[in-house]
Amino acid sequence: MTLDINKIRKDFPILQEKVHGKDLVYFDNAATSQKPTQVIDEMVKYYYKYNSNIHRGVHYLSNKSTDGNENARKIVQNFINAEHLHEIIFTRGTTESINLVANSFAERYIGEGDEVIVSEMEHHSNIVPWQLVCEKKKAVLKVIPFNDNGELLVDQLDELITDRTKIVAVNHISNSLGTINPVQKIIDIAHARGVKVLVDAAQSVQHLKIDVQEWDVDFLVFSGHKLYGPTGIGVLYGKEDLLNEMPPWQGGGEMIKEVRFSGTTYNELPFKFEAGTPNYIDAIGLGAAIEYVENIGLENIDAYEQELLAYATEKLSSIDGLKIYGTAEHKTSVISFLVDGIHFYDMGMLLDQMGIAVRTGTHCTEPIMQHFGIDGTVRASFSFYNTKEEIDALYNGILKVCKMFVH
Amino acid sequence: MPSKSKEVEVTTLCLSIIREMTINEIQEEIIEEFAGFEDWMDKYAYLIELGTDLQGLDEQYQTDQNLIKGCQSKVWFNASLEEGKVKLEADSDAIIVKGIAALLIRVFNNQTPEDIMNADLNFIDEIGLKQHLSPTRSNGLVSMVKQIKMYGIAFNHVK
Ligand SMILES: Cc1ncc(COP(=O)(O)O)c(C=O)c1O
Repeated sequence: MTLDINKIRKDFPILQEKVHGKDLVYFDNAATSQKPTQVIDEMVKYYYKYNSNIHRGVHYLSNKSTDGNENARKIVQNFINAEHLHEIIFTRGTTESINLVANSFAERYIGEGDEVIVSEMEHHSNIVPWQLVCEKKKAVLKVIPFNDNGELLVDQLDELITDRTKIVAVNHISNSLGTINPVQKIIDIAHARGVKVLVDAAQSVQHLKIDVQEWDVDFLVFSGHKLYGPTGIGVLYGKEDLLNEMPPWQGGGEMIKEVRFSGTTYNELPFKFEAGTPNYIDAIGLGAAIEYVENIGLENIDAYEQELLAYATEKLSSIDGLKIYGTAEHKTSVISFLVDGIHFYDMGMLLDQMGIAVRTGTHCTEPIMQHFGIDGTVRASFSFYNTKEEIDALYNGILKVCKMFVH
Repeated sequence: MPSKSKEVEVTTLCLSIIREMTINEIQEEIIEEFAGFEDWMDKYAYLIELGTDLQGLDEQYQTDQNLIKGCQSKVWFNASLEEGKVKLEADSDAIIVKGIAALLIRVFNNQTPEDIMNADLNFIDEIGLKQHLSPTRSNGLVSMVKQIKMYGIAFNHVK
């Protein structure tokens, strides 16, 4: 099936906006995606008609909101094919999900001299929480390197793992390089050595179908806002037995069974890890976003985005002095680049004047920049609502900037 | 357009020889200059030109101490006090940022610490660079202005 892009674009009101008097070209999708009316309307509907704090109410509205929240959980469960509904925990986003796992998992399983492995291409959100935990537990953080194409040297993983290694935490897709990492292989290697695996799917759930049972992954984390859903909601999937053994991370309402000063007992999964009033409206929005994406079909989305990636890669590569960072064989629709003699910040500022939104800087992946010996890049990331005409606009925009610098 | 700016530079130079211009007079002059630009391209082309023309900082001054934090690009400001006037130099790895730094230097260079401390900056707004002013904007225009003011305060104290 080919996508009806014109129709799809009408679902995203912001795409009709003008920026500096020009048509908006939104190529900052890896940072956050735009939201279709289907998502916005669903959330507005709940605020207008059903809003009430969930779980503790006896009344109609509370039940409506509770149903909405739990229905969203069900949608997420099906989306990633989790075995149990209670393996889906709502968080504020990828970052919070990783912090939750890092803290709670470490509390239970990591001790002095133990090891955690991440990769050289992780987002800071999948580095810093582990560093904090390693510092606290006197554990060791090890790193899987990548080659100059931006491909993980997965073959080194087996050597990195020792009998002290407790967990490997890697991203499925790099937000700076676009690399699709061989997650199945990583999981298989780790599991063969009895090591757990967390996959950061912040950049992949919006592009590729994920089946946590097929992968046999121990933890999977992602954010709603990169998946056409609202900000402030994210997901932690964890295997039931692990989540049951891990201690709660945050304490408060909702996560308890009984509170006594002599000792408190905790609620069951998933509530044990959802302290405080949950962000149920955003959870409902996330549910609507997943339904929207599934209606279009991730395979269709991926096929079209691959087309955009190929087109853009070819066009941009033809520009004199332009270098793409991240040339892995398997990539999603992310292009990081620099043009000789032009600072990424200058490039971004001038493209902005033309209505083209790109991201500049380190993209929260400083180790990647250090690998290449650069301070940052310009990053254009495409979504299924983008078009080849917009890529032409980017191409022409870059040429225009180059011209301004020649004078 | 390049010729125009050269003209302005020469005029500025002459004026400053005849009589030192005040911070406000320089700001007015910059605002007038920018009013002449037809569109953003001209404006940014001018900033690029200013950035290219600004003599950078010697590497010995590109220190962490002179580095302005909170910028996506690196910006260094170096200041000294000579005969009661603040001398400013700056550099950046991003040309447009360097161009903006050049404008700030034009406004603040050779002014007294007191005048710098008390200066009311309006030209940034007026020439449409306000979008770069919000505290979280990564080019750190706010940080640059703050740093210059800090120099003013510090030198005023020394005096
Ligand atoms: C790969 C990856 N991991 C983690 C994050 C952090 O996500 P969030 O800021 O939504 O918590 C991002 C988002 O920038 C990301 O791209």
